[in-house]
Amino acid sequence: MSRKTDEFLIEKGLFITALSSIIIIALIIIFIFVEGLPALQSVGVFNFIFGMDWSPSDGQFGVFPMIIGSLAITGLSLLMAIPLGIFCAIFLSEIAPTSVRKILKPTIQTLAGIPSVVYGFFGLIILVPFMRTQFGGTGFSMLTASIILTVMILPIIVSVSEDALRSVPPEYKEASMALGATHWQTIKNVIFPAAIPGVITSVILGMGRAIGETLAIIMVAGNVVQIPTSILDPVRALTSNIAIEMGYATGLHYNALFATGIVLIVMIIILLVIANYLHYKKKVTIGGGYL
Amino acid sequence: MSSKYLLGIVLIIIIIGAYITITSENKYERIEIAGSTSVQPVADKLAQAYMKKNPNVKINVQGGGSGLGIRSVTQGIIDIGTSSKDLNATEKEELNRYLIGKDGIVIAVNVENPVDGLSKGQIRDIYDGNITNWKDVGGPDAKINVITREDGSGTRSVFQKIVMGKNKIKAEAIVLTSTESIVQSVKGDPNAIGYISLTSFKSDIKGLKVDGVYPSEQTIANGSYAIQNPFLFLTKGEPKPVVKDFIDFCLSPEGQALVESEKVVPASM
Repeated sequence: MSRKTDEFLIEKGLFITALSSIIIIALIIIFIFVEGLPALQSVGVFNFIFGMDWSPSDGQFGVFPMIIGSLAITGLSLLMAIPLGIFCAIFLSEIAPTSVRKILKPTIQTLAGIPSVVYGFFGLIILVPFMRTQFGGTGFSMLTASIILTVMILPIIVSVSEDALRSVPPEYKEASMALGATHWQTIKNVIFPAAIPGVITSVILGMGRAIGETLAIIMVAGNVVQIPTSILDPVRALTSNIAIEMGYATGLHYNALFATGIVLIVMIIILLVIANYLHYKKKVTIGGGYL
Repeated sequence: MSSKYLLGIVLIIIIIGAYITITSENKYERIEIAGSTSVQPVADKLAQAYMKKNPNVKINVQGGGSGLGIRSVTQGIIDIGTSSKDLNATEKEELNRYLIGKDGIVIAVNVENPVDGLSKGQIRDIYDGNITNWKDVGGPDAKINVITREDGSGTRSVFQKIVMGKNKIKAEAIVLTSTESIVQSVKGDPNAIGYISLTSFKSDIKGLKVDGVYPSEQTIANGSYAIQNPFLFLTKGEPKPVVKDFIDFCLSPEGQALVESEKVVPASM
């Protein structure tokens, strides 16, 4: 074979592999829309999204409480995970001596490797009874779910943020130090702002994991279809709704679960667009730390 | 060179794989079973025993829920669908039913709970939200933490039909998706109430008397315990010979003894 045909084959081969992921996503989205549209048509898009009652046996399909549930659980867990994760990443990249880092980093990475069912079971057996004795109620709550999620997304935020902080060019740090800034001033005013695009990426990835997480949430969130009035109320997430009822659903109920999937996909797309916009904006205004 | 070896290895694997699939298809008769997760352990046990006696039959037992069992057997995807609830009128017309056993639903509370029994009306009031405190049913002054199964679960639909009737289970009830998670929650929470299948009932939680009758195999067999449901095998039309033979085995004294060993009440009792 001549070098030219070799090149040609490799180029096309790479192109096909790149294409395959797009095709798969397109197929999934088409399938979900085809299965879900009948429900949206018969219930009505507005009634489906803003309906307050989910009671398939009575023909009531409203997912609004679950949209709020998903957003609330994700928001609350990000609220806890972002500060924790970023400070941990700053510690790891800037302050920790190599010996500490060698222990801490694998430990955090192990957290990422634990299957979600194990987190869920841990939550059900340990965290739910703990929350019940501490705060009363049933122990199944938005807060319990968010705590479990925080632990699950922490490793993502820490490792991606740490990489971002580490890849800030050393000249920035040296220049800042040479100007007489302290180490903390350098971190706060030079290194962290330069690494912000990477930090935002880490938050996007964490958010994606949080909003898509299903199994662990089912086991600890209580799965009650209601808009929570306090963080100690049980909630149901969109993902949980699909997983809980898929095995049994028939007819319109089955389509309604796919429609739940459509809502979830649209929601994730909107969140990703917002997050990417922030990412893009920070890149332009700061100028440095292009990651 | 190495790519030639690789090609050779791949070819050999394909040939072996093809050989296995072709020969195994000739050798084995397959029975696919799927459906109710409460029937699954019994069906599994029966399948194991049957395969031991008939090595040329392979039986594959899967869960998925009663709804899935009914749906798949109606569509002809599987040979036997299992269900832990009785069929509705249209389903009865399409499918053949074989009663292999009976199960009861135990109303379970924490062992520390002093309440020993409730009437069906009281259970209904607790689940639809009319009674929210244990002191109204003879217990301590504490809020009742109501736990239910997800909409569509076989156990829930039996509970709904027999206990709740037309009343709805209150929306604030905690929804858990498996018998085991209900057992774990009731075990840990002194104020919880839940319902589970008798087959999963162990002494680390407390089963309540319903209308004065304690749930047991005897009270279910003689019909005095009110909350009970059938374990059904479903086939579409007349089953093929090997499936028919398996069902006959399940209904034989030997099969029924296995059913009983799984804490399910035999159909013949």
